[in-house]
Amino acid sequence: MISAVIVFGYLAVVLYIGIFAFRKGKATREDFFLAGRSLGPYVFLLSLFGTNMTAFAILGSSGMAYQRGIGVYGMMASSSGLIIPLSMFLIGTRIWALGKRFGFMTQVQYLRDRFECSGIGTFVFVLTAAMLVPYIIIGVMGGGQALKAISGDQISYEVGGAVVAVVVMSYVFFGGMRGTAWVNTFQTVLFLTFGAAAFLLIARSLAGFDDAMAKLASDPHTAPLLSRERISKEEFFSYMFIPLSSIMFPHVAIMCLTAERIDHFKKTIIWYPICILLIWVPSVYLGVVGASQIQGLPPGQADSVVIRLLTMHTNELLAGALGAGIMACVMASDSQILALCTMFTEDIFAYYGGKKRFGDRAQVWTGRAFVVGVTVTAYFIALALKDKAGIFELAIRFAFSGFAALAPVMLAALFWKRSTKWGVLAASVFTAACVLGTWYLHDLSTGIAPRPGQPPVPVFPELGRLFLRTPGSVTIHGYLPVVPMVLGSALLMFLVSLVTPPPSRKTIERYFPAAGDGRSGVEG
Amino acid sequence: MRWLPASLVLVMIALHQDFWFWTDKTLVLGFVPVGLAYHLGYSVLASLTMWVLVRAAWPAQLEQHEPAAADNVEP
Repeated sequence: MISAVIVFGYLAVVLYIGIFAFRKGKATREDFFLAGRSLGPYVFLLSLFGTNMTAFAILGSSGMAYQRGIGVYGMMASSSGLIIPLSMFLIGTRIWALGKRFGFMTQVQYLRDRFECSGIGTFVFVLTAAMLVPYIIIGVMGGGQALKAISGDQISYEVGGAVVAVVVMSYVFFGGMRGTAWVNTFQTVLFLTFGAAAFLLIARSLAGFDDAMAKLASDPHTAPLLSRERISKEEFFSYMFIPLSSIMFPHVAIMCLTAERIDHFKKTIIWYPICILLIWVPSVYLGVVGASQIQGLPPGQADSVVIRLLTMHTNELLAGALGAGIMACVMASDSQILALCTMFTEDIFAYYGGKKRFGDRAQVWTGRAFVVGVTVTAYFIALALKDKAGIFELAIRFAFSGFAALAPVMLAALFWKRSTKWGVLAASVFTAACVLGTWYLHDLSTGIAPRPGQPPVPVFPELGRLFLRTPGSVTIHGYLPVVPMVLGSALLMFLVSLVTPPPSRKTIERYFPAAGDGRSGVEG
Repeated sequence: MRWLPASLVLVMIALHQDFWFWTDKTLVLGFVPVGLAYHLGYSVLASLTMWVLVRAAWPAQLEQHEPAAADNVEP
């Protein structure tokens, strides 16, 4: 009961933040969708980081470390600590400058103008929106499941999902980007505090971790968890490509437009790897420690290892605080809802004449109505497909590869003046086909998927090791699909651009006024 | 001088594939597996690399899009 009270206290705080942001805001579209492009350096850093963090950062990473060992940190976190700030440095700063100079509010607006083609923008809109929707549905599902678990089944999945959906919808509806950024900042502080507190409390209860580690090392079944033996070199390498997706997610790209000054990127770029370290190291380490304390959790339950450790080693009050931390994890769908709403109002409503006909104020209210529509739809889908969460989780995994494969498109648009709309179209169609193809292969090979710890199985034996099925995914010559997807997309962008007519001279001069070096799209 | 930060990034990408600790189960200070300790240090090094990038290769030409006045600034 105490846990539920603390969690409801947390929900009340985030609701208040949204309403407070509403009172601070103005009724203009730039203010609602981009917080008036005025976020300061600390809110920008923490909200951008919070936007990138999902339930996986704490619960999923510890569950994966429980099964596969400490290599999960190097594979998923330290690679993100290099690639994400690097993409902020190369792409984020340019997106910010384009927004300031031309007033863009979405990636699609830029691509339409840069490549002089409405259809390209619409295609990218449909593709990115389709890859974003599963996040929103999973957010509602996760909220319902978490509240049900925290309240000891006193709150049903349906009521829990409704409570979370209404809270998220309310602070996005009222507070827009400012409310979302402030809530994300609050959640990030909660993430960081929760990770550190969980680590220290469990360490104190166990009188240090030396014995737990020695116990793992002495058992041949658990000793591999202290190294990377349960991760293949190809898989480890493949994960270096996944963080390219971050800057291509619409909610992250749109967040880049909210900084008041370009200097605010400096702190984000420098401190991002440290923020990753502070969240992921305790999560991964505790996942491995969990293997010495709790044996035999199946893959589906391994994500609860940190919660189980805390239940074993702390009291009810702290478990309640933990519940609030979990809610912060599962409520990460706010920025996705806002991004989808920004894209709809800017790329569809305003683009096809709505803004001209009804004005700025109507656009904000259209955005707000869309927030309600998306959340209510997501809630009913979450109810109807209650037992099919796996489908949406899978969709999210494929979406990461899809967004990563779109990164070469953005890099070419920003840095290569010879890039063309046909190159963008080829790379985008290739990406969509690969996402669908990967899904098909995954579905086709579900029946032959090996168990964790067993070797991969060929999907088509006649093709040898070209397509292998591992416990969690299909690989291509041992590499995750994201590797050929990113390389193929880059190659198509390059080759198709070379053989098709470039954009007009006017457009090239608009984006490459230094004419000649073609290195940056915003040098004027 | 742009080759220097670019080279640094390439070195960091290479350093990430630490094959040398792949099966090493040594415990640093008695409780941190060496593979985790390495990547913990790697994250700190990544932060320092970003600092070098910001210092040596900051796209200063973008700063001309700064707003004229610093009003409406939030923390």
